[in-house]
Amino acid sequence: MNDITTVPNLDSGKGATLPNTQANTSKRSFKSLLVWESGLFVVLVASVIGGSILSPQFLTAGNILNLQLSIGEIAIMALPLALIVITGEIDLSVASILGLSSSLVGYLWMHHVPMSIALSVVLVVGALLGLFNGVLVTRLGLPSLAVTIGTLALYRGVALVILGSNIVSNFPPSYTSIGVNSIPGFDISYSMFVFIVLAVIFGLVVHFTPFGRSLFAIGLNKEAAAYAGIRVKRTKTTLYVLSGVICALAGVLYTFRLSTAEYNNGSGLELNAVSLVLLAGVSIFGGRGSILGVVLAVATLGTIQNGLLLTTFPQQAMGVVVGGLLLISVFVPNASLIRRQFQEFKFKKVAKKRSNSGESMGDLETKRILSSATGGKGDMLQS
Amino acid sequence: MYYHRGTSTLPEVGKNNGTHMVTPTLALKHVRKYFGAVHALEDASLELFAGEIHALVGENGAGKSTLVKILAGLHQKDAGEMLFENFETTFTSPKDSIDSGIAVIYQEPTLFPDLTIAENIYMERQPRRSFNRIDYEEMNSSVSSIFASLGVALDPRQVSIGLSIAEQQLVEIAKALTLNAKVVVMDEPTAALSAKEVERLFHIAKTLKAQGVAILFISHRLEEVFRLCDRVTVMRDGRFVMSDLTENVSEETLVRAMVGRDVDLSERSEQRSVHEVVLEVERLSEEGVFNDISFSVRAGEVVALSGLVGSGRSEVVGAIFGIRRYDYGSVKVNSTQLKKGSPARAMEAGIALVPEDRRQQGLVMEMAISRNIALASLASLKRFGVLSSKAEKNFSKDWALKLRLKYSKLTSPVSTLSGGNQQKVVLAKWLSRSPKVLIVDEPTRGIDIGTKVEVHRLIFELARTGVAVLVVSSELPEVLALSDRILVMREGSLVGEFERSQATEEKIIALATTTKAVA
Amino acid sequence: MNSQTLISKGSSKKTSGDRGDLASRIFRLREFGIFGILILFVGATTVARPRFLGGQNIRFILIDTTVFALLALGETMVVVSRNVDLSVGSVLGLSAFVSSNLYQQFHHVALVEVFLVGLGIGLVCGALNGLLVTVGKVPSLVVTLATLYIIRGVDVLIVGGGQVVANSLPNSFIEVTSSQLLGVPTVSIVVAVLIGLGAYYMKNFRSGRDLYAIGSNPDAARLVGIATSRRVFNAFLLSGAIAGVTGVIWASYYGTIDSTAGTGYELQVVAAVVVGGVAIFGGSGSVIGAAIGALLLNTINSALYVLGVSAFWDQAIAGFLLLLAISLDRGIFVYLQRTIRRKKVLGGS
Repeated sequence: MNDITTVPNLDSGKGATLPNTQANTSKRSFKSLLVWESGLFVVLVASVIGGSILSPQFLTAGNILNLQLSIGEIAIMALPLALIVITGEIDLSVASILGLSSSLVGYLWMHHVPMSIALSVVLVVGALLGLFNGVLVTRLGLPSLAVTIGTLALYRGVALVILGSNIVSNFPPSYTSIGVNSIPGFDISYSMFVFIVLAVIFGLVVHFTPFGRSLFAIGLNKEAAAYAGIRVKRTKTTLYVLSGVICALAGVLYTFRLSTAEYNNGSGLELNAVSLVLLAGVSIFGGRGSILGVVLAVATLGTIQNGLLLTTFPQQAMGVVVGGLLLISVFVPNASLIRRQFQEFKFKKVAKKRSNSGESMGDLETKRILSSATGGKGDMLQS
Repeated sequence: MYYHRGTSTLPEVGKNNGTHMVTPTLALKHVRKYFGAVHALEDASLELFAGEIHALVGENGAGKSTLVKILAGLHQKDAGEMLFENFETTFTSPKDSIDSGIAVIYQEPTLFPDLTIAENIYMERQPRRSFNRIDYEEMNSSVSSIFASLGVALDPRQVSIGLSIAEQQLVEIAKALTLNAKVVVMDEPTAALSAKEVERLFHIAKTLKAQGVAILFISHRLEEVFRLCDRVTVMRDGRFVMSDLTENVSEETLVRAMVGRDVDLSERSEQRSVHEVVLEVERLSEEGVFNDISFSVRAGEVVALSGLVGSGRSEVVGAIFGIRRYDYGSVKVNSTQLKKGSPARAMEAGIALVPEDRRQQGLVMEMAISRNIALASLASLKRFGVLSSKAEKNFSKDWALKLRLKYSKLTSPVSTLSGGNQQKVVLAKWLSRSPKVLIVDEPTRGIDIGTKVEVHRLIFELARTGVAVLVVSSELPEVLALSDRILVMREGSLVGEFERSQATEEKIIALATTTKAVA
Repeated sequence: MNSQTLISKGSSKKTSGDRGDLASRIFRLREFGIFGILILFVGATTVARPRFLGGQNIRFILIDTTVFALLALGETMVVVSRNVDLSVGSVLGLSAFVSSNLYQQFHHVALVEVFLVGLGIGLVCGALNGLLVTVGKVPSLVVTLATLYIIRGVDVLIVGGGQVVANSLPNSFIEVTSSQLLGVPTVSIVVAVLIGLGAYYMKNFRSGRDLYAIGSNPDAARLVGIATSRRVFNAFLLSGAIAGVTGVIWASYYGTIDSTAGTGYELQVVAAVVVGGVAIFGGSGSVIGAAIGALLLNTINSALYVLGVSAFWDQAIAGFLLLLAISLDRGIFVYLQRTIRRKKVLGGS
């Protein structure tokens, strides 16, 4: 039989790829899917209890409305951002879109444009801003991190150009009351109502439709997703447009809540939005997360912030808390990886000693862990 | 001739051109390596002596790559012995392996694209002058002289972006030389090389051998093994099978040892009834990748697209499926032209593609088996606009059963399956769409013989039911066994076509490798 | 890793001297290009408003650039290793307040001590970032976004409602930025020398080259035995230290320091680095390019001011230039890929 004689080149081994960890990580992730949400729920309950012990005002209707108002816009922005992060991208320009919309509302109102037209213009502009992000990321193939750092500066800069140092605050009470009052008959703020409605829609779409499924597939492996016929670029662009519109809406609500349009409205809120999304258990590497998590994260972050503000904690220093929460939420899922690293460290020492003395290695499990730990994704976000 | 039968009967003394060497530079004995359910190495053994070129051959999935990775320090063996210069060794990191004097040249090397060639060669070992500053002059001139000694015209100061694979290998070989490597492992180095480049590589390998380096040469081309190598070791299913001087063995012996039995893969089926043209590719071109490709596939026909890796086969099928854009030409299914660059449209038209790289392109490894099976059919699993999890479950269960998938739970991630079963998941994903055109890129790469036969039967069965099948494969026996017609590609062009009755491996290879005269 | 796909594209039978040359030529062009734009910009503005090149205006531009170029020096090292440090503005702010506040709190404070405190704050912040990135395995974007706000929050807590005012600062401190040598601010000369040293280090020492290797191909870097974690940690440490020292310089220049000092600087710095030709995904670019990027951004700001365009445009322009730079780099990459492929075909037939 002369069959296999000169088979030209077969198996294209992938060269020096590092050993993969997939089997390990996936098992972990599947189990931890609801573990995260449950953990978050426990934290939420604890912070509610903590808050009510800390201050008798905490559980009053007025304070709960305050809580809703303070987290409302961020919560709304976090929803589309969660979807973007699930697909493995990021949008750091959310707060700048909010600021730009706020400035635009102010500018148009200052120039006597009827509010209904002004609002429509703002939403359309929001969509365009999102589209611009989306096109740069998907069509030019630029890393979303760099793009949205750029538009973070650009959109805020445009807000400054539109409004300059002007502050517009003569909005009619019929609108500003939307910003601060609860919906008649309910103890829910308008912004929270918007969030709840959106959360229900997003939850359905993300977890129970082909579109939602495709988001996770893209986040886990965008190449395989494309090979399965999923329109990766179009999906991502859609999400950025969605994010633009919703952030513009958040900008409108923000303006009405403060009765003020100013170019630096919501400056820095991108941190809160990103924190919320990661606190929700959405993986920064994409492919994992749930809308339930986002809802719980909103409640948790809102409670903690609100509780702290009832003490003497200065509001401007809230970044310490939010930033800390952000770090904890990305750190915890990595804890096992870090533990492995220490094991690797120890193992290497042992191995050195043994191989020096000519002994053979016995600890098979450690070896496998060792080889998999080197494949960790320690790098910056990548597209 | 030594056959391995459970207990070690490795040759105690290696013979090489009459020189006696008592201890091998490197010896592996009964090495085992499992990756979860996948048993990559069961009982691998190998002895490598200074001053010899030693071939390691075996079918895909025989465990050669795993063995190389253990030598490179990328994996650690689960059991067995590894003796380096007669001392038991474990390489816990690639650096360990490099420091010990083992250099591995991969089929596709991993360089630093932004750095110069000289820096790539000397990274972390740059020659230094006063105050520990890097001595660029020394570094570049040293690389220049190495390249000169190898007869290579590459500028050490050149940034390595855009180097061809052959050139990248040369960089790696130069690196091995600067390391004074005692062992050089070449993992299928000739796979993507032209005939001329292969000659140059052989020349360099012989030079290294003359300097007393032990070379492990992994190749699928047996004629290369006989031309270049002094000794050959055969592996099969993760086990050592035999080892001997090449002058003592014949091709037939090697092939039998590799396959393990007189398997005739070419189960020639009955003459298939061929119907109307389904897939029509006309003058398809992507600048610099493939050029002017025209062919058609009829319903009930199996056509193979053959050629060397890098000849543009996978790129052509990628373009047909819409995952790549092409510059000119057209793709038609049942006479309707497809929009270019849209897999979704291609799927609507009835095309299915089982891609080359299962892990990266075919599957979302961390997703559940059932979700992977359903991924291309989600639209049909909607009830009132919402995905029905029950329908999804039944759907994937059905297909898992049809393809005799071996799994524990459908909700487990697909990464828990063995290679063959993973391939079945990819096939299930596409067959569940009842395609008119099925394109399979490397249908049986890295899967066990049993599943391989199943996959082949499946392809026959599909053709019998009137599917137009296009197969891309590097394994010529597979190509001959499966197809009614064979198209041969070389350097991005279609260079020939055979009816099965006329085709032989020799003819196909001749056509796939002959290089045009270089001006 | 785009460059990786490029490098492993197909086979070729032609030696490729001309191809590599093309790549390096274009990269060189990239840095010269920025320099060219800078010259062009200065020229055009000077023609329109001759006072643009007046001594005082140049000094303003130089000192502003000094602050950003110094920050860009540290940022470049981080970005080259395929990371990013968004916390530099906050570190600068914290260091600026704490160090200059020493004069208000104590009677006898030596200038060296002030600088040492600034450096110390920077080192602590840099070490925190570095540890979280390397040991915590958290993407640097997330880590430094968090520390950006955490450090700013700490700053707010420390500053409270207070601020440092110029007349509480001794002359010796003000002179750090006001003294001149041949009409050029001394501090700018010192920083220029530092940048030169930085560039020399990045080019001539293994640890500097390691950063490029890590950014160019992290897996391959591990394969050749580079201590990637340690190198990345050091880059963050250095970036933090530099931001700390820059804070002291900033305090000397502005004199009035509250808790908002350096807010938003991270964007300007990242923009300067990327505009200066440092690839946002690491592996290429130079400290000097980044400094030129900083100079360009500050020159544009100043020119807008001189031309009477509203200063409100500053931030928008920085963002726009950042986007332009990464789009341009992407364009160059795609062009190179196409050209190399086309050459291969020509070589093959």
